[in-house]
Amino acid sequence: MSDSTRTAPAADPLVLYGHTFASRLMLGTSRYPSPSVLEAAVRLAKPAMLTASLRRQNVSDPNTSNRFWEMLRALDVPVLPNTAGCHSVQEVITTAHMAREVFATPWIKLELIGDDYTLQPDTLNLVEAASRLIKDGFLVLPYCTEDLVVCQRLVDAGCQAIMPWAAPIGTGKGPINPYALQMLRERLSVPMIVDAGLGRPSHACQVMEWGFDGVLLNTAVALAQDPVAMAGAFAHATQAGRDAYRSGAMSEQHAAQPSTPVLGTPFWHQA
Amino acid sequence: MNVYINQVPHALATGATLADAVALVQARPPFAAAVNLQFVPNSQYAQTPLQSDDRIDIITPVTGG
Repeated sequence: MSDSTRTAPAADPLVLYGHTFASRLMLGTSRYPSPSVLEAAVRLAKPAMLTASLRRQNVSDPNTSNRFWEMLRALDVPVLPNTAGCHSVQEVITTAHMAREVFATPWIKLELIGDDYTLQPDTLNLVEAASRLIKDGFLVLPYCTEDLVVCQRLVDAGCQAIMPWAAPIGTGKGPINPYALQMLRERLSVPMIVDAGLGRPSHACQVMEWGFDGVLLNTAVALAQDPVAMAGAFAHATQAGRDAYRSGAMSEQHAAQPSTPVLGTPFWHQA
Repeated sequence: MNVYINQVPHALATGATLADAVALVQARPPFAAAVNLQFVPNSQYAQTPLQSDDRIDIITPVTGG
């Protein structure tokens, strides 16, 4: 097929809470070797959103957070503040309100940690936290496990998108429970961003092939030997997985089937 | 009276408000504040009286995942 007869792919934006994003990749901003490497990675990967956080610091220090803040503003990528480190619903609510004021955005990545060793979300209190944030007008993206019932309850509470983990934060293991993730995708129709635990672009491509709507990652890029190149690799892999999902993969076959026609084969069985 | 700002003890005059606490540590924007784990909008700092042993958090943007 010549280029001139190729049909342009249909527009396929990521839509979250009615907001449209050209990219299906979200990037964290931590653990990069330097701010300039982070900036270069973001400019190459062109993510839909960048995550950020809030911490106590020396607030009178003229250098505190200024560079990061100025970089965020210059990059002009929507910011997704998180509630990382919160261990109670009240901590989440307070942090979210502070983030909304600082970052001037209603978006919030809801993190409510239930176990410090695995950083597993506190699924028993996650739904209440999400419900309260939604009532307060936040656009909530909850970081959750792949538990179907928890995810369903988050949707029931008003979450228009959810973010199940692939594996514990920062492990880079890739999806450790493929069955549950694929079942989750099959059962729920809201947009789902796979958040945490991805280590390689092939992991991102895999979950996108399963029909997830996007990926959010940080450590896999930040701790790569070349974070900028890896950011680009993840951007390509995420889009490749999405394109593959929309293209419809062939069914797996049990036996080999020649791809080259057999009819007319010269010297057929003459030996 | 004594209050805690980002876990550090500070002395403020009786009747001081959150605005006084913010001024005391010369907090530079952007930041947000909470008193005893309750968020206080920046428009309310001057109308938020502090009590002895109040715990004030003033937080600023940092990188995050």
